[in-house]
Amino acid sequence: MANQEPHRTGLIQLLLAWGFVGIPLLWGVLQTLRNALKLFQ
Amino acid sequence: MAFLSILHRDRTIAGPGFNRWLVPPAALCIHLCIGQAYAFSVFNLPMTKLIGIGRSVPTDWKLTDLGWIFTLGIFFLGVSAAILGRWVEEGGPRRAMFTAALCFGGGFLVSAAGVYAHNIWVIYFGYGVIGGFGLGLGYISPVSTLIKWFPDRPGMATGLAIMGFGGGALIASPLSVWLMARFSTPVHVGVAETFICLGVIYLCFMLVGAAIVRIPPPGWRPAGWTAPTTPQKLVTTADVYVYQALKTPQFWLLWWVLCLNVTAGIGVIGQASAMSQEMFPGKVTAIAAAGFVGLMSLFNMAGRFLWASSSDLMGRKNTYFCFFIIGTALYAAVPATGASGSVALFVLCFLVIISMYGGGFATIPAYLKDMFGTRYVGAIHGWLITAWSAAGVFGPVLVNYIRQYEIDHGVPKAQAYNLTMYIMAALLVAGFFCNLCIKPVHKRHHLGQVGSGAVPAVSN
Repeated sequence: MANQEPHRTGLIQLLLAWGFVGIPLLWGVLQTLRNALKLFQ
Repeated sequence: MAFLSILHRDRTIAGPGFNRWLVPPAALCIHLCIGQAYAFSVFNLPMTKLIGIGRSVPTDWKLTDLGWIFTLGIFFLGVSAAILGRWVEEGGPRRAMFTAALCFGGGFLVSAAGVYAHNIWVIYFGYGVIGGFGLGLGYISPVSTLIKWFPDRPGMATGLAIMGFGGGALIASPLSVWLMARFSTPVHVGVAETFICLGVIYLCFMLVGAAIVRIPPPGWRPAGWTAPTTPQKLVTTADVYVYQALKTPQFWLLWWVLCLNVTAGIGVIGQASAMSQEMFPGKVTAIAAAGFVGLMSLFNMAGRFLWASSSDLMGRKNTYFCFFIIGTALYAAVPATGASGSVALFVLCFLVIISMYGGGFATIPAYLKDMFGTRYVGAIHGWLITAWSAAGVFGPVLVNYIRQYEIDHGVPKAQAYNLTMYIMAALLVAGFFCNLCIKPVHKRHHLGQVGSGAVPAVSN
């Protein structure tokens, strides 16, 4: 079957899915970076 | 039980127009949750004061009792990944993710009951056994799905998911500390309530992943992509059945490649804080050491994505050669950084080492796919995870016991890790030779070949 990878799945759905995992991950990274900066103080 | 029919493999086949970039977030929903396992130690000290509150009393649990919770979790991660790999592969990712969510979330709820009852055995069973099954099922469930959706970039795809496992601890650690602070009172340590909250949060988060995930229809391929027509020596187009793969030398060479790479990294992860302070007395404070550990977590996570993605360009074998050659050089250089008093060089060495530790985890599924094909890669990966469990024992034992042996024989603390570093370098040299020995799997092992073992019908 040739691929039809079109765009029926909307951009909003994609943004929601990535936001759902990306926002907590970003929060965790920022918290860790804040702690990691103590190495340089 | 009509509801359960939505878990069926056939119900997860993507319809026309499904965007494959929705699958990595589904995988991340699972891995970001189960990655909490790396942050379980934040509960250790509070759980030694559940009765004494501000201090430990004789009836409180000891740290040695609590250490078994994580150990059991990782042990059952390996066991479940190995024995349920075929079940995961044949039943599809949604059923496996759903089960993983129930086990992992449920494990926290059972553990909360154990904390209320102050019964450590309930926690061993809750987080260690039930949660451990959730860890194993969750770890392997999205791997083969991602490889099937991204045949053009399998390393990047699995790297994204397994990066989530590294990132899970970055979220769980501050979240757990915050929740415990919210629920603690002067007469109560809020561990049980935190477990309940985490159990519910992880259950919901993982169920979202199970709802989003889809498998590609048979014969699907990415737009504009055609499978390479020129055969690549170490990339097979055939499939090897899971139990047939276990009979090949390639599987066991890869087992040792993973085990040796992980052993070298896992030993220092647990000791990074103490090691940095003991090798640089007066220069690295406890607070700075905590910052160093945080930085290592970030490099562990980033290495999973970056090394696995670069393996799509470099090839898996060359990527592991990089790990083993650069890792050997860096481990051998660590004692010199200690002798020269250069904290910056010491930190740099370990950040690169830890990125390759994470990279080793994330690159191995794509290496397995190259060697054994895509059909049973999830189940084969499940068996290979036992190398992680073994490394989880070897690594810390090597670091802790050799350090103690050196101190007992009069070696100053600042130099007590030197021998360990040279042993780690030697382990990586052994890993280099295992990787060197990996050749393509003989076609007699391929599915459909005479003598390749029973070819099972896929039981949907």
